[in-house]
Amino acid sequence: MTPDLQCTNLTKKFGETTAVDNVSFSVPAGSFFSILGPSGCGKTTIMRMIAGFLEPSSGDIQIKGKSVLNVPPNKRHVNMVFQHLALFPMMNIADNIGYGLRRNGMHKKDIGFKVDEALERIGLPGIGHRRVDELSGGQKQRIAIARCMVLEPDVLLLDEPLGALDLKLREHMKVELKTLQAAFDTTFVYITHDQSEALVMSDNIAVMNAGRFEQVGSAQDLYYRPDTAFVAGFVGDSNRWSGKVIKQDGDNTLVQTTSGLTLRGATQGRSLSQGDTIDAFVRPEAIRIAHKAEDLASFDNQISGTVTSILFNGAASRVMVRDTDGHEEVAVNLPQSGEFANLTKGAPVHIGWASDQANCFSAGAS
Amino acid sequence: MHREAKLGLILLLTPFLLWLSLLIVIPHIDLLLVSLRERVGVGQYEISLGNYLTFFTEPLYIVTFLRTAVMSIFATILTLLIGFPVAYYIAKMAKGRTQSALFLLCLVPFWVSELVRTFGWMILLRETGIISNLLQSVGLASGPVEMLYNDAAIMVGLVYTSMLFMVVPLITTLESLSDEVVEAGYDLGGSGFSVLREIIIPHAMPGIVSGSIVVFMLCLGNYLTPTMLGGKESLWFTELIYSQFIVRFNWELGAAFGFLLLILSSVIVWGMLRLTGQSLEKTMG
Repeated sequence: MTPDLQCTNLTKKFGETTAVDNVSFSVPAGSFFSILGPSGCGKTTIMRMIAGFLEPSSGDIQIKGKSVLNVPPNKRHVNMVFQHLALFPMMNIADNIGYGLRRNGMHKKDIGFKVDEALERIGLPGIGHRRVDELSGGQKQRIAIARCMVLEPDVLLLDEPLGALDLKLREHMKVELKTLQAAFDTTFVYITHDQSEALVMSDNIAVMNAGRFEQVGSAQDLYYRPDTAFVAGFVGDSNRWSGKVIKQDGDNTLVQTTSGLTLRGATQGRSLSQGDTIDAFVRPEAIRIAHKAEDLASFDNQISGTVTSILFNGAASRVMVRDTDGHEEVAVNLPQSGEFANLTKGAPVHIGWASDQANCFSAGAS
Repeated sequence: MHREAKLGLILLLTPFLLWLSLLIVIPHIDLLLVSLRERVGVGQYEISLGNYLTFFTEPLYIVTFLRTAVMSIFATILTLLIGFPVAYYIAKMAKGRTQSALFLLCLVPFWVSELVRTFGWMILLRETGIISNLLQSVGLASGPVEMLYNDAAIMVGLVYTSMLFMVVPLITTLESLSDEVVEAGYDLGGSGFSVLREIIIPHAMPGIVSGSIVVFMLCLGNYLTPTMLGGKESLWFTELIYSQFIVRFNWELGAAFGFLLLILSSVIVWGMLRLTGQSLEKTMG
């Protein structure tokens, strides 16, 4: 089956700077694809090239197997939900949704029917006569999506549409977007710098940095099996240590960090040898905290230390633990099962983690 | 505290109220009274509508009156048609320094007085002027060409004089139109023309209306440009008012003409607002 969207060796140069550098990917029909990256990494440039507002310097963009390079934006079967939604303030809701249909020359009666159907579908029936500025943020969001969806595009592009919403609404809209995507059964390409949006909604995620794709994979792939140090550092939180390999045995690495802490890590198939400088990543939730050292017998990394601070944040609370020799401060997730409810600053604790949870990447290779 | 605030308000409003009452309200009331009296003997006056009747019985006055209105409307439309693309380019296409430089270029002609600017046009257009000489030297004309003292010359002068007052409000409204909205128009299948008609123009409507009102008023009340570029026979209504006051010493008729012009401009502006579905509050606020 031909993918809905395929980009081959896509490159965009602005003068001397290369915003998008030889990026290739394909998005299967009906899936939710996200491009995740820090601001300025080139993700908006990719989006604008797909929509047709920018001409690629080289490479090809195919929609449903047909190249769209010489097709102007108003003739592409691709629609875009803009960052600030870009609803037309001079029109009411029904005219906003019906705009694209009017442009296609659809009959007036059919437009009315289609608009009502779309409003029904997004759960806002009967608001067609209202003005744009009478709606709440979440409602505008849904109108912006409906305005595109009535045109039945092959691909819907979404450019950080949740950025302007407050936290509670954003959490709600994440779920809602996913539901809408399933309901309309359309291919979504979503760009964001917010990893939780990408992780929650996407079937596939591309992590982008400095114009290139670092890794393309499912949320679990990126989270548990990052390919590069950038992905390991960007997706989720991590303790990050720089150090040197002091012993390499198959997949297992013995590392001494620059501050002198010795730990066991894993290379997950990447080749490292003794003396290499590396970066090691350990997720706070992969580290177990215990009152007694015996509880950690199954882990091959064990450290005893004291609590230096407690960062309370509900379910995502952390403690910072400094090892007894004072080399490093380690962030550890605090279990909320009650046994550590009385933990105070300065209390002695033991922490441990399995060596395969410590991802080691050769430094400099990024 | 409350009394102090009240005092502050009064102090702030005083210059404005003085200006309004001394220069606008009181002269107009006096003008109205003057226009409603008729001289029956030396130093003897009585109230009558005679002055207004004179206007309606003399075809030259009516023709001049209507001609001024039509020409002003036409000049306003022409200014809008020329000013809109200019304003759109400055507001949306030009970026950074180019934008401010272009804006400044629109402003530069207004650093010299209207009289000098109009003389500039006369130097270009007159029989012995630059364009006439150029045409002769190229061989397109056999003798001197007179381009002054016709309606086209008046129109050129009016459009030129009013351009800034159209461009500035247009730039202000167009700048507030976000690029995203225009792009969304294209993205959803709109052509250049339909984006202009359905998105850009409705958005710019307050600017179009306020610019048009200002330009129309300026044209209607302009005295210098029609007189200098149109000559003695230009038949501009302000000239009639001038000649009644200054040449004929007939203040009563001049005042009546002044009032008719005021009524005319109010009626046309009101009509334009109704026609475009705009209200004065929406345009000014």
